[in-house]
Amino acid sequence: MTALLEVSNLSRVYEVRRGAWPFGRQATLHAVDGVSFELPAGRTLGLVGESGCGKTTTAKLVLGLVPVTGGEVRIGGESLPAAGTPSWRALRRRMQMVYQDPLGALDRRLSVGRQVMEPLAIHDIGKPAERLDKALAMLDAVGLAQHHFDRFPHELSGGQRQRIVLARALMLDPQLLVCDEPISALDVSIQAQVVNLLLALQQKLGLAYLFISHDLRMVRQVSHEVAVMYLGRIVEQGDPDRLFATPAHPYTQALVSAIPTHARAKRQRVVLPGEPPNPVDRPAGCAFHPRCRHATTRCRVEAPALRILADGRRAACHNAEQIA
Amino acid sequence: MGVRRFFEAWPPLTLLALAWIATMVIVAVGADLLAPYSFTALDLRARLSPPVFMDGKWAHPLGSDELGRDVLSRLIMSIRLSLLIAFFGTLIAAAFGTAMGFVAAHFRGKVEALILMLIDFQASVPFLIVALAVLAFFGNSLVLFVMLMGLNSWERYARIARGLTLSANEQGYAAAVRQLGASNLRVYGLHVLPNIASTLIVSMTITFPETILLESGLSFLGLGVQPPLTSLGNMVGYGREYLTRAPWIMLTPAAVIVLSTLSISIVGDWLRDRLDPTLR
Repeated sequence: MTALLEVSNLSRVYEVRRGAWPFGRQATLHAVDGVSFELPAGRTLGLVGESGCGKTTTAKLVLGLVPVTGGEVRIGGESLPAAGTPSWRALRRRMQMVYQDPLGALDRRLSVGRQVMEPLAIHDIGKPAERLDKALAMLDAVGLAQHHFDRFPHELSGGQRQRIVLARALMLDPQLLVCDEPISALDVSIQAQVVNLLLALQQKLGLAYLFISHDLRMVRQVSHEVAVMYLGRIVEQGDPDRLFATPAHPYTQALVSAIPTHARAKRQRVVLPGEPPNPVDRPAGCAFHPRCRHATTRCRVEAPALRILADGRRAACHNAEQIA
Repeated sequence: MGVRRFFEAWPPLTLLALAWIATMVIVAVGADLLAPYSFTALDLRARLSPPVFMDGKWAHPLGSDELGRDVLSRLIMSIRLSLLIAFFGTLIAAAFGTAMGFVAAHFRGKVEALILMLIDFQASVPFLIVALAVLAFFGNSLVLFVMLMGLNSWERYARIARGLTLSANEQGYAAAVRQLGASNLRVYGLHVLPNIASTLIVSMTITFPETILLESGLSFLGLGVQPPLTSLGNMVGYGREYLTRAPWIMLTPAAVIVLSTLSISIVGDWLRDRLDPTLR
């Protein structure tokens, strides 16, 4: 069976100038560099990594909001058309996005009900009465009452706004939802509600999620598979329980050790020295080697490929077996 | 609603300003009915007759000028013409500037750089000099003059529209709606424009008095509205020769300019608070 979403060798490059014109030199910024993954229908792929590692760019590339520099995105076996073309517009019915900042993603001059109905108006689906019925049903499905229909975004709470964004995305009955940090702007108590809602909707509607977050515990809870990104590349990918229990890549080890825990664990906290390098000055060899405790001479020269380990997951590290 | 709450929503000063603007609009619309004489009618036996408040006769309530033309009638026609020029000038500037801002924010790259260059050019050259040059080369007609007023301050709208559109496109509601598959017409017409309209309207209340003043300035210099047509600035310009002997010729139009621009500024201030949906 072919996966709903196939991403192969995806990359996105930005030309930047270091220093002011006409001084400085042209440089290339690899925001996303050779990322590949598959997402079957009804499953969730969690994408984690620190700020600036290319998570959001990957999301935009998958949706076709940013043109790809290299590689390919296939949805349902078909290649993704260029943004703005009629076929790209038609594809919006199959893939939708949920945003980090729900207040910013909503038009504050329109009632939320009208905004929930808007996707149907854009794609010219149904008569006005049918649109209204579907919008009211959708509000109910995301746990809002009918009296919320005439409210304005600033009159709702953060969790309610995110429910509205979710309802709007679901109006077109998509198969894939790209959730870009959908809960990081919400209170902790609300986060759990929204995550539970996402899980319930997945059960009911068979949605596939590309779930982007830096909250590792949430990712572990919702994902069927997790990919860890560092400087535009996937460094480790696999089953969430195994990945978080016994991380194979040193970067994942550091991430996992930073998860707060209530148990007075004797777990060693791995503190990474330094900052993530500027993606323009990508270190030679393994991009992670300047911060890695286990770096060897080979790591400084040869970039490790993402390879399948004995237990079936993938890691991009020369020394994965020795470390784990 | 109590009296206090009423005046909180409608401050007395704003009410006065609105009343003055309403009066001006009524005068402009009904100019033909309100003017007691034709604005070009001469009355050579009543030249330079003083207004009523300076012991004049009721025949010419605001006095008459050096040719015996009734100042009140001329004032009424001037208000009509000045308001017309300022209104259409502001409208043209807002429409053109907003369109340029949208174009710059939509296409980015070279188009944006070109428009930004035009904006900087417009902002750095004193507009009075541009206006003088255009009027000197192309001669003067009312249509050209209104277009010229429209060219004034378009760059302000272009800047506002471009900045707000960029931020909306980058992360906000416009990107979200576009992601849903909406056409450009829908994104700009139904979402971006209503959202930035309040800012644009408030800017219009700033440009409107400026246009009146610019028109007055150019007319004062003899480059604006040409006789026999009359405008507020035109009246001030030709009345200054009689400033010592017959100050009423230029004082009344000058007072109308001051009161009108002040009223519009006050209303603009009030509108800015009023149009923000999160402040309601």
